[in-house]
Amino acid sequence: MAYINVPEGVPGIRALVMFRPETGKPLYDLAQVLLRGESPLSEAERELIATYVSYLNDCTFCMSSHAAAARCLFSDNKDTVDAVLKDMQHANVSEKLKTLLHIAGKVQILGKEVLPEDIEAARKLGANDREIHDTVLIAATFCMFNRYVDGLASLTPTDPAEYDAMGKRMTEKGYQLPTTG
Amino acid sequence: MPYIPLEEHLPGITGLLEYRKDSAQPIRELTQILLRGQSTFTEGERELIATVVSSGNNCTFCTTAHTAAADLLIGNTETAKKVKEDINTAPVSGKMKALLTIASMVRESGKSVTPEAIQKAKDEGATDVEIHDTVLIAALFCLYNRYVDGLATALPDDSGYFNVLANRLVRHGYTRLPQGYDHLKKEKI
Repeated sequence: MAYINVPEGVPGIRALVMFRPETGKPLYDLAQVLLRGESPLSEAERELIATYVSYLNDCTFCMSSHAAAARCLFSDNKDTVDAVLKDMQHANVSEKLKTLLHIAGKVQILGKEVLPEDIEAARKLGANDREIHDTVLIAATFCMFNRYVDGLASLTPTDPAEYDAMGKRMTEKGYQLPTTG
Repeated sequence: MPYIPLEEHLPGITGLLEYRKDSAQPIRELTQILLRGQSTFTEGERELIATVVSSGNNCTFCTTAHTAAADLLIGNTETAKKVKEDINTAPVSGKMKALLTIASMVRESGKSVTPEAIQKAKDEGATDVEIHDTVLIAALFCLYNRYVDGLATALPDDSGYFNVLANRLVRHGYTRLPQGYDHLKKEKI
């Protein structure tokens, strides 16, 4: 049971934004611009950052739904997503992406944890300003989403099939404010 | 030195919001609704939530800015100061104490918020929208604090900067200034 009177049976953030659509609109706009808008990072890479941070924050709803979206986007390489969650440093992603995921992991702890050497390591492997910026902002944004969803104890489905359907929808339609559950 | 090139005359969050304006827009809009929109909270109470979270996250820029805004809105400097020191003995209502406690739990992790803390707030008269907004304001400042410090943005050289900023946050709010921020550039000598 969620802590407040949100629509029954609607999972995760959807129930919360239906409870208060006025704040829901900019929240969905932010997810859309960061994860689907113009960026030097691919949509798959950005969903992977969202998944990784949600995993570190132990937010089952956000982790499972963004992992499902990332698996859709990685398509033939969908095993990448679970490999990163299992052991990021030994996963089959580029060394540059590892340095960016490492920065995202630092942001998850606290902003001040990101050290000049973390940034330097990413730059040495070719990360540019915008990639570093977008990594930090996506990580920070999921520190917000994860707290919003779990802080109000929103419904977290346990059936993986529900997340597969969400991942497909997030890949095909992006982030649009829901009007129904 | 910030980790990415930002306008030198725009310390803290403002330089970041000007660096990427398409992502800044929904962040500004969300903040304006939560901290300045219609609410049963006063603007000062909402700034206290922002202050307590930023202080707990050790984000100097955000803590100083929102303390200054809270001080202006509340009309004293004691309330924000005491709230940062100890919520339980601060000069705020029982309801605000319960809500600021929830905000501090959100700062740690969403999962740290307990049913007991929610019940306490409800017993003190907090509505569902007030609980919702408290959690979302706290979560939003977990974003801001990490954005500002994660990219190592600069603090202003001049502490008077925060008075000017607090005045802008009180008079204008959180939307982008229509004319931008070039007028804040110092005259070149």
